Amino acid sequence: MTPPEEVRAADGAASYLGMPGERPPRLGFFTDTSVCIGCKACEVACKEWNLVPSDAGPTGSNPTDLAGLRDMDLLGMSYDNTGALGSSTWRHVAFIETRTEESPAHPAGDVRWLMSSDVCKHCTHAACLDVCPTGALIRTEFDTVFVQPDVCNGCGYCVPACPYGVIDIRPGDGRAFKCTLCYDRTKDGLTPACAQACPTESIQFGPLDELRERADRRLAELQGNGVTEARLYGRDPDDGVGGDGAFFLLLDEPEVYGLPPDPVVTTRDLPQMWKRAALAAVGLTAAVVGSFLGGRSR
Amino acid sequence: MIQGSNFAECHPVGFQFVMEAKLRGAKVIHIDPRFTRTSALADLHVPIRAGSDIALLGGLINYVLSEGKEFREYVVSYTNASSLISEDYVDTEDLDGVFSGWDDKSHTYDPVSWAYQDSESDGDGQGDGDGGGGERSAHGGEHQRETAGGDKYGSGGASVAEKPRRDPTLQDPRCVFQILKRHYARYTAEFVEEVAGIPQDTFFELARAITENSGRDRTTNWSYAVGWTQHSVGVQYIRAASILQTLLGNIGRPGGGIMALRGHASIQGSTDIPTLFNLLPGYLPMPAGERGGSLEDYIEPDAGKAGFWGDMPNYMTSLLKAWFGDAATAENEYGFDWLPRLSGDHNNYATVLDMAEGKVPGYIVAGENPAVGSANGRLQRKALEKAEWLVVRDLSCIETATFWKDSPEIETGEVRTEDIATEVFYVPAASHVEKDGTFTNTQRLLQYRHKAVEPPDDARSDLWFFYHLGRIIKERLADSDDPRDAPIKALTWDYATEGPSAEPVASDVLKEINGYGPDGELLTAYTQLRGDGSTRCGCWIYCGVFADGVNQAARRKPAREQDWVAAEWGWAWPANRRQLYNRASADPDGKPWSERKALIWWDGEKWTGHDVPDFPPTTAPDYVPPPDARAGKALAGDDPFIMQTDGKAWLFAPAGLVDGPLPTHYEPAETPFHNLLHPQHTSNPAAKLYEGPGNRHHPVGSTVFPFVLTTYRLTEHHTGGGMSRFVPYLAELQPEAFCEVSPELARERGLTHLGWATVVTARSAIELKVLVTERMQPLRIEGRETHQIGVPWHFGHNGLAIGDSANDLLSVTLDPNVDIQESKVLTCDIRPGRRPHGAGLRTLVEDYQRRAGLA
Repeated sequence: MTPPEEVRAADGAASYLGMPGERPPRLGFFTDTSVCIGCKACEVACKEWNLVPSDAGPTGSNPTDLAGLRDMDLLGMSYDNTGALGSSTWRHVAFIETRTEESPAHPAGDVRWLMSSDVCKHCTHAACLDVCPTGALIRTEFDTVFVQPDVCNGCGYCVPACPYGVIDIRPGDGRAFKCTLCYDRTKDGLTPACAQACPTESIQFGPLDELRERADRRLAELQGNGVTEARLYGRDPDDGVGGDGAFFLLLDEPEVYGLPPDPVVTTRDLPQMWKRAALAAVGLTAAVVGSFLGGRSR
Repeated sequence: MIQGSNFAECHPVGFQFVMEAKLRGAKVIHIDPRFTRTSALADLHVPIRAGSDIALLGGLINYVLSEGKEFREYVVSYTNASSLISEDYVDTEDLDGVFSGWDDKSHTYDPVSWAYQDSESDGDGQGDGDGGGGERSAHGGEHQRETAGGDKYGSGGASVAEKPRRDPTLQDPRCVFQILKRHYARYTAEFVEEVAGIPQDTFFELARAITENSGRDRTTNWSYAVGWTQHSVGVQYIRAASILQTLLGNIGRPGGGIMALRGHASIQGSTDIPTLFNLLPGYLPMPAGERGGSLEDYIEPDAGKAGFWGDMPNYMTSLLKAWFGDAATAENEYGFDWLPRLSGDHNNYATVLDMAEGKVPGYIVAGENPAVGSANGRLQRKALEKAEWLVVRDLSCIETATFWKDSPEIETGEVRTEDIATEVFYVPAASHVEKDGTFTNTQRLLQYRHKAVEPPDDARSDLWFFYHLGRIIKERLADSDDPRDAPIKALTWDYATEGPSAEPVASDVLKEINGYGPDGELLTAYTQLRGDGSTRCGCWIYCGVFADGVNQAARRKPAREQDWVAAEWGWAWPANRRQLYNRASADPDGKPWSERKALIWWDGEKWTGHDVPDFPPTTAPDYVPPPDARAGKALAGDDPFIMQTDGKAWLFAPAGLVDGPLPTHYEPAETPFHNLLHPQHTSNPAAKLYEGPGNRHHPVGSTVFPFVLTTYRLTEHHTGGGMSRFVPYLAELQPEAFCEVSPELARERGLTHLGWATVVTARSAIELKVLVTERMQPLRIEGRETHQIGVPWHFGHNGLAIGDSANDLLSVTLDPNVDIQESKVLTCDIRPGRRPHGAGLRTLVEDYQRRAGLA
């Protein structure tokens, strides 16, 4: 199956990393949490398509394999019993019970229930990829970040490198896993499983440029309707990770959703650090050499 | 307006259209005891005390009537507002909470005094027999009284006088409009606040929202689900909404209506082609009484009467021809005598109670899990112990299939496995992706789906199971001379099979349902059906699903390639009509009420428009039927409600309901409160309670059971859990049973978040994890802080997501019209900690019973 027209369209950046002159546009997710109904269809569809283990055992939806691996607990985090993104959770729907601002009519504020489907951000500057010593983490032709499971050696450097805490080592397997943005589907021109399953188009998939335009329109519309707390998260190409390939429309501060307010690619300071280390080395060498020279001159 | 439904959680796929409407500017209001995922997405959430919806709806009706906000022209032309009711009718307002006709001994109504005054007789209609206004004899006569109420009439409803006396000025004190005004006069904003716990300013906000969004240019929709139906006055909840929506002119028009959200993918289909004891396909009533009653007697109450139901004999004969084929002849009345006869009340719960008494030897359970999913689980399981044999067809080995070895009653020691003689057969079933067939959804839309994968191992479709079971039975009975085997022998049973497992061809069955003409050609419309045995049709309302030999239900033309009605996606019964009663979308002269809300109209020669007209296509708006006209021809040009004998929407139901012609506020069967309106009659007096040792009801206002409890579903699970609790990807999302309580109640009862609580009723006690959440809010009712506890009912102890079953707490308490259980509201106690395991459980429950005076 060949990718559809819009995916194959050239974006001008020819011979990028030695790829053919014609490159598909950067693909991503825009997750509009203002229309998320918390159905978790994205979590289930992701696991089904990618054969990600469940907490109840390693075999996905096959109900005949229930062999004593049940490790499921009520987490008490509202209706969220998934907890966080991890090696076996590539989509995670957060449920946040909070209250609206106080008003004369509602002195204590109104009950408010925020729902949001989180996912790997597919950063423009991806620290996980920077630190991977084996080359298992690669950037695909769609500018998404992908772990090649047959190359990963489980060193785990990527885990602390991620500023969002997304990628993780799967216990019992030893390798690192995270959202692939359904690389196997996008290569065939298909929509990733989560976006395909989302009933309310809270998860939108497509070329990042288009998604950013759509998100800007949606934000303006919401703010025009008085939803002043609406904001985009990960949309800005000038932020600490160079913008996210998967970005969000939130209805509150990022921290409320468990997202870092100002993420920075953890490898950002590496060149600076190497420069300083080099300077220090040069200084040290000079001092050592100087001490000998000085000795001689004495 | 979403009320009595958790739309987003229980119908997430359908909810996409609510979100789409919201993006286009629709205002969404959710009225519900709990703040759910639906409330989170609504513009406004209005908390309400469970079981008080008629108080609120009555309040809104009163607001509309007292402020003159009704859509006057619509109400005068299209409803029975102007019809005069018998002088003998007395309202609940004058009889302390019952209507005239109440018999305190039998707990039933004689509805004769609710009838129209007949224009053709002087004064009252009742008492003058057939031509009068009284209820005509139902199918099977007196015998039918014992059976479920409303359905005994089939979809034709009850017959009434075709020409009631009318007062179009709506001033006559006996006209429906004035009766309505008087009946709801006490449902004020203060009353709503007292009873339902809705503050007055919120009430007026609601009232303004619906009246400002109704009329010529705008319509309001009401969506409900089992949050309305599962009450001892459930049918009257929906009647109340019907009255309100009819007064506002929101029926039969785009964007209006009352949408019943069905609980499963094809629950609508399972009432159209029913699994119900009292209906035949297409809402034809099940014949009652002794064998030997003639087909003529059966169809007589409907034959030729005004309205489309007047053609009922054609539908019935065609059904008999579909079932019995060439064996059905005019001489044997097309095999009418072969049909089973109703011998009494055989609703599901009555059958289970009979089983508990050893009167029901065998039970086939397909796609249900009564040990978890039916009210009073203990009673359900006790009944299973008394059956001789039980067949459970399911995807997973559900609790109903294993009750004999691990039910809660085994745990308490009440019963031992070796004492249960029931022979249990577990038969693995194929899932919906493993078989072909149709789903009929909430808007009557049939959508065909094709098998995606073969079922695993021995799993087979229901169609396979019942076809081959029937085939084998027919083979065994081939040589039988026993008259009781005659119907089985006569049954047509000749579907083609395909594949290695001899799967019957599902589309063959759909073709039989669609029906064939005299030359074996597939029919195109139910108007082709005849009562002379020349046509065959398995379900008249589905006739046309194979129009032109094409499986119309399999059409999947995308919305972007057609207009907004999307008539080429699937097929809607009847006649691919997307909006019922759409004649009401045009004014009496046949012009749309407004351009914005145009749907169909009269073009001078015929009805035309965006949708298939739900009206005789060439009946002009000014047509007045001659006195001898019958069936469709007896409808006037401004009679949009074509299934009713009088062609009008019934604000007041002169017949057909067993618990009153108008919805009245009754408290639930179990309630902390007495009825503010009717102190003499707290709860629906006609409700079926089945009081007995295993089915005790809590006294009104009991301090032993002080809290209100409501049960519900979660998005992550499906009903009794057979399709979800055994599936790891779903089980992990909601892994165990829990209850939801407010921080206030948690403080009051010492409950801790994620700790254990035991919930107790007179039926049983169950233990649950506690979620303390501000989404549960105490309400002020009659000046008292009132707590509501929420408990999802999916759980049992088989599979991966496990816990005690909420249904063990429930009693069997039924709405008298349709026999649905009151599972949305009951009373209970809650205490911290786990319940006793073992014999202590019954001791605990019996102690509560004693303290409540129920022992």
